[in-house]
Amino acid sequence: MSVEPAIAMDQVDVVLSGHTILRALDFSIARGAFVGVIGPNGAGKTTLIRLILGLIHPSSGTIRVLGMPVGKGRRRIGYVPQSFAADPDLPLRAKDLVGLGLDGERWGFALPSRSRQQRIQEMLDRVGASAYANEPVGTLSGGERQRLLIAQALLTNPDILLLDEPLSNLDIRSGREIIELVDEIARERQVTVLFVAHDMNPLLAVMNEVLYLAQGRAVVGSVDDVVQPEVLSRLYGQPVDVLRVHGRILVIASDSVVPFTHFEGVAHGQPSSPSPHL
Amino acid sequence: MMQIWGQVFQPGLFTYPFLIHAWVSASAIAIISAVIGFFVNLRGESFVAHALPRGAFAGAAAAFLVGASSLLGLSVFAVAMALGMGTMRRQGEKGVSTALILVMALALGDLFLTVGNAYAPEVFALLFGQLLGVSSAEMIAITILSAVLLLVVGAVFRPLLLSSTVPEFAAARGVPLTVMNITFTVLVALAASLTVPVVGALLAFSLMIGPAAAGWYLAKSPGRAMAYAVAVALSSVWISIVIGYDTSLPVGFLVATFCLIAYGGARWIHFSRSRRAPAPSQRPQS
Repeated sequence: MSVEPAIAMDQVDVVLSGHTILRALDFSIARGAFVGVIGPNGAGKTTLIRLILGLIHPSSGTIRVLGMPVGKGRRRIGYVPQSFAADPDLPLRAKDLVGLGLDGERWGFALPSRSRQQRIQEMLDRVGASAYANEPVGTLSGGERQRLLIAQALLTNPDILLLDEPLSNLDIRSGREIIELVDEIARERQVTVLFVAHDMNPLLAVMNEVLYLAQGRAVVGSVDDVVQPEVLSRLYGQPVDVLRVHGRILVIASDSVVPFTHFEGVAHGQPSSPSPHL
Repeated sequence: MMQIWGQVFQPGLFTYPFLIHAWVSASAIAIISAVIGFFVNLRGESFVAHALPRGAFAGAAAAFLVGASSLLGLSVFAVAMALGMGTMRRQGEKGVSTALILVMALALGDLFLTVGNAYAPEVFALLFGQLLGVSSAEMIAITILSAVLLLVVGAVFRPLLLSSTVPEFAAARGVPLTVMNITFTVLVALAASLTVPVVGALLAFSLMIGPAAAGWYLAKSPGRAMAYAVAVALSSVWISIVIGYDTSLPVGFLVATFCLIAYGGARWIHFSRSRRAPAPSQRPQS
């Protein structure tokens, strides 16, 4: 019996209030893959995540998650938002927040039980958050909050973990720690990871596939296959250069290197560069 | 000693029917206001909690005009306002639609009172409540409705808590955020309409915000915060009834005052605690 891919998209278009946000998505992601979802701002990364979660629907095409139509099996997809707002006095401890991941969407309230506490405690231990389990969440740092959100998403033992720009509020060191944590957990639990990031470099060591989004279109494959000038130029619809420096990858708009094209862009009143990320 | 006791708990305090009505209805609204107040605080929706009882007063005025029960008028009006706020509201403009609906409601209240030729005492009762004038039918209605509201809060407790703290995660788990938003506003509206006849349109807000905010500072977890809030609300209304009966000071004034005192005290306790505890930044960072 062949295992269904984690995510399979077949000619998916997403149109939101008259604008085409994603077009002709056609790819599949194998179970257990660690996929970096990379692309400039406005490329449609968040829309892609919302599509997989079933919060928006494709205007055409089909999408299957774990072999099911989207919106089913929500507890099998762990979602880690960017962060959360909490004032320092909020009467909610780290373990309360994580516990909501177990059954927070269900009716009624949770009766305290030993097995429940134990599951929460084990998850706090796993993400290295036991030291502040009883602290109010509003007093925690960005990295600490991110660990709690990961624990919260993992409590239902999901098969897919979606992380929506978890690095954007973190300093470099906490960012690296979060990537290592997600990588370890993904391996030991055989979870498929979609890790959304603005910059692919911090993820190069852990991801085995890249989902590169630009102009609402996507290319999926290994970093070596996808992050190539021809592939990305076709994706952006404009010439793009790829520089590899000391094991880091820079994607740069060609017209920012070639003065003549650059001048043309300025002459038209708006720079035409496909937002290079440096 | 006995004399002081006799001075504080004067004859009739626990036996006169109108006082029994007062004890029961004040306790019911104290509990429901404190519990819903927790969510008002959590969602940062004080303005909605402020606007609903105030605007609902127009409903009581309308009921007065047509001779219907004021509780019915209050509930219908408050729920209509809540639905209006829940649907009109767009992201990032929380305050504007709430304010416009409040102004509209107050204007209608003015109209109803003028057309109905309401006399000053009735208007006064609507604005400041009449705890000692609660009828037995009103007491029964207030108690039953409070119990129903409490059950509803219990039923939506987890999804409401989740969608108020990590909304994106809640949505990913299939919690409909708009539905939760409207549910919350309607709960506040109904709690407000129970509170207005007792403490009045102008001061109902204090019972919903003060005790919940005090519980907020005293507790670390949601359950405890609600328990403290209920305790503060109950003691405020109970002390207010005793003093109000002894001294004839207005009960609404007393309730508002004790809620404020409790809030101030809780805040003071909170900050003197956190001065003693190590600052979060001194904990080893992960």
